[in-house]
Amino acid sequence: MTALLLRDLRLAIRAGGGFGLGLAFFLIVVVLVPFGVGPQSELLSRIAAGTLWIGALLACLLSLDRIFALDWEDGSLDLLATAPLPMEAIAAVKALAHWLTTGLPLVFAAPVLAILLNLPPAGYGPLVLSLLLGTPALSMIGTFGAALTVGLKRGGLLLSLLVLPLYVPTLIFGAEAARRGMDGFDTTTPMLMLAGITCGTIALLPFAAAAVLRVNLR
Amino acid sequence: MTLSVHNLSITRGGIRVLEQVSFVLAAGEALVLRGPNGIGKTTLLRTIAGLQPPLDGEISVAPDTLVYAGHADGLKSTLTVEENLSFWAQIFGQGDIAPAMDSFDLGALRTRPAGLLSAGQKRRLGLARLLVTGRAIWILDEPTVSLDTRAVEMFAQVIRTHLGQGGATLMATHIDLGLDQANTLDLTPFRASANQLDDFDEAFL
Amino acid sequence: MPSLWEYANPKKFIDTTSRVTPWLFVAAFLCLVTGLTWGFFFTPDDFRQGSTVKIIYLHVPSALMAINAWLMMLVASLIWIVRRHHVSALAARAAAPVGVVMTLIALATGAIWGQPMWGTWWAWDPRLTSFLILFLFYLGYIALWEAIENDDTAADLTSILCLVGSVFALLSRYAVNFWNQGLHQGASLSLDKEENVHDVFYHPLLICIAGFVLLFLALVFLRTQTEIRARRMRALLARERLTA
Repeated sequence: MTALLLRDLRLAIRAGGGFGLGLAFFLIVVVLVPFGVGPQSELLSRIAAGTLWIGALLACLLSLDRIFALDWEDGSLDLLATAPLPMEAIAAVKALAHWLTTGLPLVFAAPVLAILLNLPPAGYGPLVLSLLLGTPALSMIGTFGAALTVGLKRGGLLLSLLVLPLYVPTLIFGAEAARRGMDGFDTTTPMLMLAGITCGTIALLPFAAAAVLRVNLR
Repeated sequence: MTLSVHNLSITRGGIRVLEQVSFVLAAGEALVLRGPNGIGKTTLLRTIAGLQPPLDGEISVAPDTLVYAGHADGLKSTLTVEENLSFWAQIFGQGDIAPAMDSFDLGALRTRPAGLLSAGQKRRLGLARLLVTGRAIWILDEPTVSLDTRAVEMFAQVIRTHLGQGGATLMATHIDLGLDQANTLDLTPFRASANQLDDFDEAFL
Repeated sequence: MPSLWEYANPKKFIDTTSRVTPWLFVAAFLCLVTGLTWGFFFTPDDFRQGSTVKIIYLHVPSALMAINAWLMMLVASLIWIVRRHHVSALAARAAAPVGVVMTLIALATGAIWGQPMWGTWWAWDPRLTSFLILFLFYLGYIALWEAIENDDTAADLTSILCLVGSVFALLSRYAVNFWNQGLHQGASLSLDKEENVHDVFYHPLLICIAGFVLLFLALVFLRTQTEIRARRMRALLARERLTA
């Protein structure tokens, strides 16, 4: 399992691996928002937390189709399926690799980009914490979606259509926690819900993803 | 260490292609599948490898003894030859990749990214993967594609050694590897009669 | 004793349902005509909401069916996963577009009702938002069915999507409630509550709901028959290509 994780990380960092694409996309989305809504700093600081959450979510979505598609094309997925690793472990490790290469950098980039959006100082802690708790769920749900569409030629758009509704609860609780933190309210409930969703998805979705992968491989 | 297949029926895209396939592959034996294109050699091999469920019949083999190599080699073009090979060795819980490198004469290429290899070199690397798995029964789908005569001889030698160590090989190939222990199984007699549909679709006809 | 599973045989299913379906359509038509006429013309105006309340006869039944269609798909998907009856998978596929239309009717009538009542066509009210999310789930489910060529693969994948989607739909419902307390009135009907809608509105509403249920059943039967026939045709064509 470590071998698979290390390989995926190495592949992501090597040329053409797409590491950093998500970050660049995140930056662009955040830069575009003021162009869309206007430069008034009080307006921007009001929508900062939500914008950052949506930007992170979209940046995550962008890289989902790489999770299985490359392994599918070059035949490694067939070989992995016949290897001693259980399919559930493959799905979980793939999600972890995706989180480490996409989700975690987003968490670190968010406070920097928050400056651009004039986020109130009180909001930084809850924002980072909510992203840290929420992005693993985004990766895991996305892995399930990627497993669903792995055999399809032009699965990218379909993947977004399938995954985005599944992202709704995570987004609601994550952005809510960040917003409450920004306004100085108590963030315990949404944070706990967010952590609950993340734990739940990590516990259950590898099985769904593995079942779906087996169907797609046959 | 025996692979036995009993009355196996398989489907491709919901259509039954082969039925009543039975054979036994014992340790030290090689079995070569023959038959025209489209008869279902690949489907049969994938079914035996466990990638798709059979429609009917039994496949009995001890767990964790099979390894499958298909048309694609599963190589990562940005990883070097050595990294590709040691990845699979780790996945299968094996350590040393040097014998596998030597058997397929990959030593000089060890630090080259797999994306820069020629088609034949890639295939050799793909086949070297079999050696680092430590598995006894090899399921091979057209293993000699894009190999030159020297590489084919190299591959035949590897197979001979593997069989000599008590391994077994089931492969679909059109090339004669000159193996003494090889039996041939022609799949033409097992072609499904009148291309029956699977049970559900059959219910309408 | 005849078992329910007999209807897993496609031939038996088509034979039986094609006999029943016309009667279902007639019954649904009668119920809807009665219920809607009664509701629209023979009930008094609500003392607060005026005549706008009468859209309830479309809004509530369609909203109920939007959720029940998804539940039916969930049950059918489970049956497919556990017992692998093809008719079940095809029934789930057949129900999805009907469910989408029900969701759209519920959303549209909700907007039309909301305009005079709340002064806005759309509010990010928890109930409305939940239906919008349900609509997105339906779209994804249908798109996945359409995208996959092999019928059995599509059935497997959509069933699992339906299972996972159900969990997330419930979760979204809760999340949306947490996110915004809304304008929407409480449930119009419930079994354990003292205070339902007034009796005058209640009876025509029940008839309308019965009409929608019958209409849903009739449409699902009809569409399942079509799906079975379409699949049979694809199978025949595939065989023809092979033998040719």
